[in-house]
Amino acid sequence: MTPDELLKTLYDETLLGNAPAVLALTQQGLDLGLTPESLLFDSLIPSLEEVGARFERGDYFVPEMLIAGRAMSGALALLRPLLAETGVQTVGTFVMGTVKGDVHDIGKNLVNIMLEGAGFHVIDLGVQVPPERFVEAINEYKPDIVGFSAFLTTTMPMFKANINALEKAGIRDQVVVMVGGAPVTQEYADAVGADAYAADASQTVKKAKDLIQKKRAMVSA
Amino acid sequence: MVEVAAPVGEVPAGEVALIACGAIAQPCGRIVQQRGWSVDIHPLPPLLHNRPDLIAGEVEELALQLRPRYSSVAVAYADCGTYGALDSVCARLGLRRLAGLHCYDVFAGQDRLAAFFSEQPGTYVLTDFLVRSFARTVVAELGLDRYPELRDTYFGNYTRVVWLAQEPDAELAHLASKAADCLGLPLTTVDVGTTGLERELTTLLHPTAAPIGCIAKK
Repeated sequence: MTPDELLKTLYDETLLGNAPAVLALTQQGLDLGLTPESLLFDSLIPSLEEVGARFERGDYFVPEMLIAGRAMSGALALLRPLLAETGVQTVGTFVMGTVKGDVHDIGKNLVNIMLEGAGFHVIDLGVQVPPERFVEAINEYKPDIVGFSAFLTTTMPMFKANINALEKAGIRDQVVVMVGGAPVTQEYADAVGADAYAADASQTVKKAKDLIQKKRAMVSA
Repeated sequence: MVEVAAPVGEVPAGEVALIACGAIAQPCGRIVQQRGWSVDIHPLPPLLHNRPDLIAGEVEELALQLRPRYSSVAVAYADCGTYGALDSVCARLGLRRLAGLHCYDVFAGQDRLAAFFSEQPGTYVLTDFLVRSFARTVVAELGLDRYPELRDTYFGNYTRVVWLAQEPDAELAHLASKAADCLGLPLTTVDVGTTGLERELTTLLHPTAAPIGCIAKK
């Protein structure tokens, strides 16, 4: 298989969510001398973007998104240390978690995969994350952005509780706060004092990149 | 567009059209019949349960068809994951809907349901309809028939299944047990009966009527 053929096959298998094949092809690509960046940016990420586009068109549904995401995760686990070794600079650091009282993480996990694919260093705190854990993580990892996810109208109020905790800890200004989840709207995000809201995974990546650029431009100005 | 499950008749038999989620249309129908209400049930497809973003639009379309031919139209949906979109339609068309976030609230009562989630946030709720149709509405809809390896992706954070049993029998109990096994979770059965649905339907359709138990059933 030529490098071009491999990249094309890797793209196709990621689209199908064939995790064993994606992992094997990623390793095969490295053995062929392809760089981790090429495998990521010339095949895996475009494939996942196509998965997102098919989802938006209604050609793919949640199971297909998840299965493709899982396949991508397997490849990323292999590539992540290699990318770190090659000194590829991350776009930014993103601390993510589902708020206290909420166990839903499917959307959050898809966002994580897209963020990682786009070059972010993602620290996932999991589900049912209490405000004090977010504070600890921000102090520990110094992220550019912290993301709060909620799937329930009953747990959305934790956004405000988390933001209050950041204010109380004196770190609110150090980090951009993004919120998301099925019941969340821009109006709600504004009301609780979040910096940004994103409706889906691809929008999260786009907004996160924009916010980091703006933040860095302000710092350097 | 999702097709309306039941044809809309030219001449209504009842005075009130009740647009009902297909997942609760049957028990609604039984209550209407028992109480002798002049209400026609117009179910929407139960699989909208999995596509809440479509519910408000489907309700609006059907309500606009039905409104000219009935004295009033009511909606047997709770918010059901529309996050206010259904309320906007109801406000615009002057309709009323069932109280609560989901039909689970209607069956069990909002406080009781909140207590389940407070005890264990990882509570996965089933109703009689979901138990009976589990293979279609849960397994197939989530793609677990095609990708069984996704089970823990969906349910890994859940700690129990709570079956809100409305009209339990041995067959349903067996199916509920099978459903919980399929998800790898313990099953808690809570016998809620149909009193909650009856109470909420009474409030919806006959807000000034006597409470349940004070009206003779036909």
